[in-house]
Amino acid sequence: MDDTPYLLDPSHWDWSVAGSIPHLLLAHLGYTALSVLVGALIALPLGMLIGHTGRGAFLAINAGNAGRSLPTLGLLSLLVTLMSIGFLPVLIALVVLVVPPILTSTYAGLRSVDPNAVDAARGMGMSGLQVLLRVELPMALPVVFGGLRAGVLQVVSTATVAAYTGLSGLGRLLVDGLALNDYGRVVAGAVVVAALAIALDLLLGLVQRRVVSPGISGRGLGRSRPARPVAESPLDAGVL
Amino acid sequence: MNSVLDYLRGNHAAVLDALGQHVVLAVVPLLIGAVVALPLGYLGVRFRWLYQPLLNVSGVVYSIPSLAVFVTLPYVLGTRILSPVNIVVALAIYTVALMARTVSDGLRAVDPALTEAATAMGYTRTRRLVGVELPLALPVVLAGLRVAAVSNISLVSVGALLGVGGLGALFTRGLQLAYPAPIVVGIVLSVLLAAVADLLIVALQRATTPWTRLAERRS
Repeated sequence: MDDTPYLLDPSHWDWSVAGSIPHLLLAHLGYTALSVLVGALIALPLGMLIGHTGRGAFLAINAGNAGRSLPTLGLLSLLVTLMSIGFLPVLIALVVLVVPPILTSTYAGLRSVDPNAVDAARGMGMSGLQVLLRVELPMALPVVFGGLRAGVLQVVSTATVAAYTGLSGLGRLLVDGLALNDYGRVVAGAVVVAALAIALDLLLGLVQRRVVSPGISGRGLGRSRPARPVAESPLDAGVL
Repeated sequence: MNSVLDYLRGNHAAVLDALGQHVVLAVVPLLIGAVVALPLGYLGVRFRWLYQPLLNVSGVVYSIPSLAVFVTLPYVLGTRILSPVNIVVALAIYTVALMARTVSDGLRAVDPALTEAATAMGYTRTRRLVGVELPLALPVVLAGLRVAAVSNISLVSVGALLGVGGLGALFTRGLQLAYPAPIVVGIVLSVLLAAVADLLIVALQRATTPWTRLAERRS
């Protein structure tokens, strides 16, 4: 055994080697992107519908709590046991976990919109859909982003655990390393997956800055603070 | 359904053991984390420049996947990989990351007129903090505690991948045997445990902050 740490050994970063860190990283990103996309396609319209109409609020409020209390490993194990090994049960589990934070935050974001702004938009002759897309959604975006970021973190974390059910991705380094007592591999996996989670969160934070109107975030108006507190991090979604 | 009942009948001792371990692994770090978060959150209010770094650091810590923290801690702490200390320390860190921020926010939200009134009545800084500011911040602090408790209870089971995970042991067992009964039992107990913890903290809040109910009734 040589002394080069697993993480720094160039052969573990070699693209031509199957199962090397770049392959696992890419697989991990793929799982994350796919499940967040599917989850958002379900949760965003549903949250917008509930937030806009005010019907079904009970569902939106409780989805967040229920989703948080669901043990991720249990959900994964159950679906894999019932549906056999493969990507589909894991994808379903990841989607189940990413829907609640996005749904709850979309609803909460729309509810937090100043009703005067909605009344003004109606008075200007906007249709219900226009009010939703041009007024309510842009104003709700900071809170919606909080939920989206919480959802992404949840998925990155759970995809790691999913390696235990045979899935590829960065969790392989952790699970195989533990099984082989190869501590260098475990630490390498932990470092890369933590770096990935932090990088994705920072990236979404930057996207949020670009997408949220300066009039909402209070940036670039010469005001040091926004008029009302806005959610800035996934932690906010946790406290909603 | 029958297989679940059969499983419970045959294994109730093991299930109860797992449940007990789950409660300990979730509650101990919750208490440690809350005790650490209180002074940290206070520092974020007392020294305003600390607030933003506190927010950033807790955001970063909170974003690190739990399994990564679980497996790295033995390396950092020098504990054995099977030691429950790893799980306790990891969850305590998450609790601090969640709660330091809510403690700061709760204290910041206290009406300045009230703290000024307390000062005018001759309260020292410490007495004002303990007797006025902390009680008024309690609803926000306890809201943070609820989130931390529920997420701790859900995260404990991930520890099963390292051999210490309370109800998580039922998940790995079911997965290895391709037998859903223990998994269903584990999920139901874990969700129930989270609901009970949530209700207990709500009850604690009602008992410790009677004035919030008074305000609700008046409005």
